[in-house]
Amino acid sequence: MSGTSTAEPERIQLSSAVVRFAGDSGDGMQLTGDRFTTQTALAGNDLATLPDFPAEIRAPAGTLAGVSSFQLHFSDQDIHTPGDAPDVLVAMNPAALQKHLSALKPGGIVIVNTDAFTDRNLQKAGYEESPLHDGTMTDYQLHEVPVTGLTLRALERHIEEGALNKKEAERCKNMLALGLVSWMYSRPIAETEEWLEDKFSSKPEIADANVTALRAGWNYGNTTEAFAFTYEVKAAQLTPGRYRNITGNQAMAYGLIAASVRSGLPLFYGSYPITPASDILHELAKLKHFGAATYQAEDEIAAMGSVIGAAFGGHLAVTASSGPGIALKAEAMGLAMITELPMVVIDVQRGGPSTGLPTKTEQSDLFQLLYGRNGEAPIPVIAASSPADCFDAAIEAARIALTYRTPVALLSDGYLANSAEPWRLPAVDALPALDQAFAFTTEPNQQDGGFAPYLRDEDTLARPWALPGTPGLEHRLGGIEKEEGSGHISYDPANHHAQTAMRWARLERIGAQLPPLEVIDPSGEAEVLVLGWGSTKGPLQAACHELRARGRKVARVHLRHLAPLHPDLDDLLRSYRVVVCPENNMGQLAMLLRARTLVDVKTHNRVTGQPFASDELVEVIERMGWGEQT
Amino acid sequence: MTTNETKLTKKDFTSDREVRWCPGCGDYAILATVQSLLADIGARPEKTVFISGIGCSSRFPYYMDTYGFHTIHGRAPTVATGLAITRPDLDIWVVTGDGDGLSIGGNHLMHTLRRNVNLNILLFNNEIYGLTKGQYSPTSPLGSVHKSTPMGSLDRPVNPVSLALGAEATYVARSIDTDRQHLSGVLRGAYEHRGTSFVEIYQNCNIFNDGAFAALREKGQKEHNQIRLVPGEPITFGPEGERAVIAEQDGSLRIVPTEEAGERVVVHDPTRVEPTTAFALSRLAPSPTGPTPMGVFREVDRPVYDDELRKQVASARERYGEGDLVELLEGGNVWDVL
Repeated sequence: MSGTSTAEPERIQLSSAVVRFAGDSGDGMQLTGDRFTTQTALAGNDLATLPDFPAEIRAPAGTLAGVSSFQLHFSDQDIHTPGDAPDVLVAMNPAALQKHLSALKPGGIVIVNTDAFTDRNLQKAGYEESPLHDGTMTDYQLHEVPVTGLTLRALERHIEEGALNKKEAERCKNMLALGLVSWMYSRPIAETEEWLEDKFSSKPEIADANVTALRAGWNYGNTTEAFAFTYEVKAAQLTPGRYRNITGNQAMAYGLIAASVRSGLPLFYGSYPITPASDILHELAKLKHFGAATYQAEDEIAAMGSVIGAAFGGHLAVTASSGPGIALKAEAMGLAMITELPMVVIDVQRGGPSTGLPTKTEQSDLFQLLYGRNGEAPIPVIAASSPADCFDAAIEAARIALTYRTPVALLSDGYLANSAEPWRLPAVDALPALDQAFAFTTEPNQQDGGFAPYLRDEDTLARPWALPGTPGLEHRLGGIEKEEGSGHISYDPANHHAQTAMRWARLERIGAQLPPLEVIDPSGEAEVLVLGWGSTKGPLQAACHELRARGRKVARVHLRHLAPLHPDLDDLLRSYRVVVCPENNMGQLAMLLRARTLVDVKTHNRVTGQPFASDELVEVIERMGWGEQT
Repeated sequence: MTTNETKLTKKDFTSDREVRWCPGCGDYAILATVQSLLADIGARPEKTVFISGIGCSSRFPYYMDTYGFHTIHGRAPTVATGLAITRPDLDIWVVTGDGDGLSIGGNHLMHTLRRNVNLNILLFNNEIYGLTKGQYSPTSPLGSVHKSTPMGSLDRPVNPVSLALGAEATYVARSIDTDRQHLSGVLRGAYEHRGTSFVEIYQNCNIFNDGAFAALREKGQKEHNQIRLVPGEPITFGPEGERAVIAEQDGSLRIVPTEEAGERVVVHDPTRVEPTTAFALSRLAPSPTGPTPMGVFREVDRPVYDDELRKQVASARERYGEGDLVELLEGGNVWDVL
């Protein structure tokens, strides 16, 4: 780092910090956040991120609709959420300030790019006059930084030499902001410099301009006396091991590759682009050297059909979509279910119904996956609970699919998909040996040398998986009801009832063979149970942690398996005085639990497109659990 | 069980299931032709897969003693595509109909043809919805009076061969249920072609649409109306070859008395890369009630989607080596906590 300091600002030690970058969609806020995340991960902090961006690729510049933000929570402790209220807001224009100021902690730090506070931009953001000097900012520590002007000045030489024009130079302003915040939080920027040089290796002049802007931001903090403090968050004491940062979609893709490697089956991934699931396709398309075939189908139905074909052919078949696409796949999922072929259907949930909120998170597709098919069509449904957990969830989905020969629905959501967290890398050899989960049938299973494709394994109730190409096992599958054993078309009334019951029994068999449910209750005396599924795990974990710190005895269970529900649940729920089930939907799991256990499960529901804040959950659980008593 | 050494017969491709089409249905003839043909060309039952959608024709796989998959309405090409990508060792046949393939599954048909996936698609065209008991279909003539259209259908029919050529399918042919020899010929061509083969088969539904193809099926009429396409031969037809197909200035084709045609008679060449003439041929017959071209319209070589996809996988492995899971997980920035 170059530059000398005139007056060394005081360095304050913090346990954790929450920083939010906000700006126009074109301001590069996601990239700025990503870089700050990597720097923070390399500094050894535990962290969680929350990217939030509009569905429009380029919403009108300067408008509230066009604001894109990225929040990062980092700590020297184990943390579970991207943080509730930010300590620092970087607002690259008035719209970003307008949209995010209210979220900031009282007394929090605001860094604004004053160059963007033009009359036109103020008007677009709905300000009648500049909020910087009308009293709006009195409760905050405001830092007015001419980010654009400083960037242009830092790049004067580049512009003069014709390496880039003014507009291109302005585009480097996010790096200047990153440099400044990196200085504030004592984050080394060398890694970002390397990253920029690598990313723009074919355009060295652009790389150099960005590095220059980044350093200028750092030096600005270091040399001006505007900032009285810098902050330091020491490395967290994480469980020993090798770590990397990972987003949910990336972890999902890696989990599928791991399932392919551990099962010995080549991966076939057929899908149709849809937000927020497409990144899984992008990741897998880069991993063909693992033998993975990726197929971008003409539509969601075709993607689902291709996966059925690939499963019939003996590959590890996977598709992913989001709610609207899953709706289109429903009929084919029913076919997959009745033909009892193994495959994984991932739903990266987003705000619904219909097109809904494509880039926002929600947990409202649970019922769709459980029941959104014609007839009695039970399939296992599981959910991932954190970005890194998508890796394990993908392997578990493949395990169930291969063991029981069934399509498995795997729920993720927009929050998990795009958020990042440090991930302790698993030992590859210790991952489940999925090749033990199945064997292709190669010999006839009838006395007379014939083959009955629906003759079941007594333990798993799975039918044989016999691949085309196997001599002597020629058979026909289809969506029409089939006779047990032979698989022949059957319209026999009693057979249909028996087959329907069998398909439910097979689902319940999966539950019966699960390990015991994990209940987290450090006191061992809790009377209140908090129960959740999916991406609410982080906020629920943080809330329970806080409640216990306040002396509340609270137990927590987080469900991986939504269908079948764990057989332990009935007794478990009945053993608590109060059961609270917060969800980012209108009470779907709670309804299931009530129906199944007849326990009066309390609900807390919110669908704002954002994950729960942990302090909101602390208040809710406290009120529902102990409200009458205090 | 069969081995590669045994010479198979039609019986080896016939399942023990009772065939349940209506007596007199054109599907019986097609089934018998396909079963015999597979034995003749040395296909193996275990390497053969029939995939269908929904409709009368889509019951086909149950009657073949091969692997089979009776899928859902319109989606057979999608299941077949997944299978073709993962299993290059199989011969995959898709059996569909005019409703299944051109109405509810029209999108998949178009994209499968355009991709040139290694499949043989047999479209049984009977110009009617049979399984739902007699509504008009996308190939029914304009003004068709059926249960759902008592005052006549309002939508123009689609010409399956034109549609396939529009999607630049690499093998496009037409035949008819009862002409075993001709049907065998085009099916053999489809089997031998690498890429998507599309064969439209006129098939009589004697219950709901009897006689739709009488002009091409019945003795006394078919001799006048079947325009047999023979590669390398001038396109003439009629009992004495008295009618001929000539090209107009605008590229369209027209039927004239052979004696007037002289040297303007079009010589059939299905291997033309440009599909324009094949398309013009398909437009000669707006409906199969008059002179109608039969045979192979187009047969060209083009890269096959699933072959190319597998090549990409192979070339990625060549470039990066066999994927290593530890290396993948540790890619990017890692740090150690002690």
